[in-house]
Amino acid sequence: MNTTALETIQAAFPGVPCDSTVESVVLTVQPDQLEQTLSKLKNDPALNYGLLLDVTVVDYLEYPDKQEARFAVVYVLRNWESNLLLHVRIPVADPEAGVPSASKFWGSAIWGEREAYDQYGIQFNGHPDLRRILNHWQFEGHPLRKDYPIEKGQICYETDSLEKEIKARLAVNKVDETVMEDINTEIMYLNLGPSHPATHGAIRILTALDGETILANVNEIGYLHRGFEKTAENRTYNQVIPLTDRLNYCSSLMNNIAYAKAVESFLGVEITERAKFMRVILGEFYRILDHLVCLAANLVDMGGLTNYWYLYNQKEASYDFISRLCGARLTSSFTRIGGMYRDFYEGWEAEMEAQLKDIEQGVNDSLALVLKNRIVHDRTQGVCVMPADKALSYGYTGPCLRASGVPFDLRKDNPYYYYETFDFTIPVGSKGDIYDRMMIRYEEMFQSISIIRQAMKQIPKGPVTVDDGQVALPAKDQVYSKIEGLANHFKLVFEGVQVPKGEWYDSYEAANGELGFYFVSDGSGQPYKCKVRPPCFYMMGGFHEMVEGEMIADAVINLGSINIIGGELDR
Amino acid sequence: MALGLEASLGDSVLTTKLDAVVNWGRQYSLWPFVFGTACCAIEFMSAAASQLDISRWGAEVVRFSPRQADLLLVCGTISYKQAPILKRIYEQMPEPKWVVAMGACASSGGVYDNYCTVQGIDTIIPVDVYISGCPPRPEAVLDALMDIQDKIKGESVINDRHKDFKGILD
Repeated sequence: MNTTALETIQAAFPGVPCDSTVESVVLTVQPDQLEQTLSKLKNDPALNYGLLLDVTVVDYLEYPDKQEARFAVVYVLRNWESNLLLHVRIPVADPEAGVPSASKFWGSAIWGEREAYDQYGIQFNGHPDLRRILNHWQFEGHPLRKDYPIEKGQICYETDSLEKEIKARLAVNKVDETVMEDINTEIMYLNLGPSHPATHGAIRILTALDGETILANVNEIGYLHRGFEKTAENRTYNQVIPLTDRLNYCSSLMNNIAYAKAVESFLGVEITERAKFMRVILGEFYRILDHLVCLAANLVDMGGLTNYWYLYNQKEASYDFISRLCGARLTSSFTRIGGMYRDFYEGWEAEMEAQLKDIEQGVNDSLALVLKNRIVHDRTQGVCVMPADKALSYGYTGPCLRASGVPFDLRKDNPYYYYETFDFTIPVGSKGDIYDRMMIRYEEMFQSISIIRQAMKQIPKGPVTVDDGQVALPAKDQVYSKIEGLANHFKLVFEGVQVPKGEWYDSYEAANGELGFYFVSDGSGQPYKCKVRPPCFYMMGGFHEMVEGEMIADAVINLGSINIIGGELDR
Repeated sequence: MALGLEASLGDSVLTTKLDAVVNWGRQYSLWPFVFGTACCAIEFMSAAASQLDISRWGAEVVRFSPRQADLLLVCGTISYKQAPILKRIYEQMPEPKWVVAMGACASSGGVYDNYCTVQGIDTIIPVDVYISGCPPRPEAVLDALMDIQDKIKGESVINDRHKDFKGILD
């Protein structure tokens, strides 16, 4: 935490309570001052908080310390150019009265606030489209409130028609249906999904078409909402790790790392050198796997099935390496708070190197088909463009933001695990079209291979978990021969890692973008609240901006190019 | 030694039971509809890719229209929001049809025992084979496919399957 950030904020907002936690400054604002505060934070060039990362709510109903109000809305903001994080915290006593919406400043607030409303029932005044997003429209109550019982399911009998929403969107785009009828054109409404081969999971893309051109688009998500956050509140910190596998299941180990890193950042645990290098190597390896699946599926949608075999076969072969490492193919659960589950097996270096060579071969084979392919160029260049300012407004991060020309990558801008010492570059696009998004993923794979090779040369020997009985399980000989070891083991398994009271946010550059975790701890071994900041949720929130005015067939490949993963999108 | 009709017609005619010949055909030309929602769908992709190659069991013609499919593979978690869609897709499939619940979530809700997850798809539609695992290995998909083939072998073409089924959405 740099103290200058705290001083800058204090100077800009005299008299407003200001605090700091891990890497962020926390600003507590009353609802009536919220609008001017947010406006200043975004527009003042000295502050320049251009990225609204996440919106969430904390329900203090069962919190041991008395709070000012039952709820607090939290906006997590980032100044990406100077690497500054800020939480704007608004105490809310009456959820019906609510707070003013931030959607006029940031596009990402539209979906972020909808989720906050859906899960906690906080009203956002002035929000253009405040309705449920993750839960179905027949749902009653707000599941993440502490007084909502976790097992109380509610049956949904039919799907929402979305007629009102698509008509509203048509009006925003100034399409008048009566005028269309006058010139003998009828608007056709077409649903892609919820069960459609091109949606890569379960998303519903409702479009209003004039011929093949998309006039308006409304998207519905939440079909794979499986209550990650509520479930996590009922588990110990280490028990949440298997759940994180199932967020972005194409790169499960990256979620494990992001989660463990977030908990360790608040605990102040410094993991061992070998564990850091393991996390770099495995994190980059999974970045490659994630990009392989994304590109394979994207190219299948475009009609290039051969690419699927070239790319997916390498992923399939990589599973053999992974299952030798952690026993599972897809769901790794390989990190623990305070280190890794276990060390690499003997002879992993040779196998990893062989695997990297194969991946290079597969990617080069695929590139040979794609790079100079006129059909690929025509279908992707200049199609579904996302300009940089809009991308930032909608909270884009990762390859999709870099495709729009914003060189923001946490590995460079907020380095962890010695990323500052590795020699690698961040590919940046020029246009923000589908072509850029695809090519950035291709290039990132080569960069990741280079990082892995550098890390493999430097990885030191030593333990992979910290030697601290309060955080990591003691060695088995300690458990069986010493009472302290046995007691530590028992307490860690039954009660979990004891995390002191507090609230914090920590993030990690996952394959899809900034994967963040917002925690509230009540001092026990279970998180009081654990909110995920999923990168693809906010990317889907800006999807309509990309596809409106384009052809329906482009919407399909655009969806592939932003790499939507249901588990992470809906949690 | 041939008996009855076969004895008088010689080698030019084979007789068999209708069930046997129809089931033989059905067994080796299952057309799956992959209702992939989550992690299990990735493992189904592996089952379909070249290493394991589901076409060796005659089930590689993956259809994305329920009207052209007779095997519903439910790969992934089904939430309450998803449930009416699953039921509708099942109803759109022509008889006879078989259902595989792939993975812990589809079979029982899995780790997600909470407010949004259906506790097993057999509360919505009838299921023929369950695959355990979270997610199951792709070999388990092939195993389930063989189980379905065995099941088909023993069925009769004149009986209605599951006509008495009643789920939470009925």
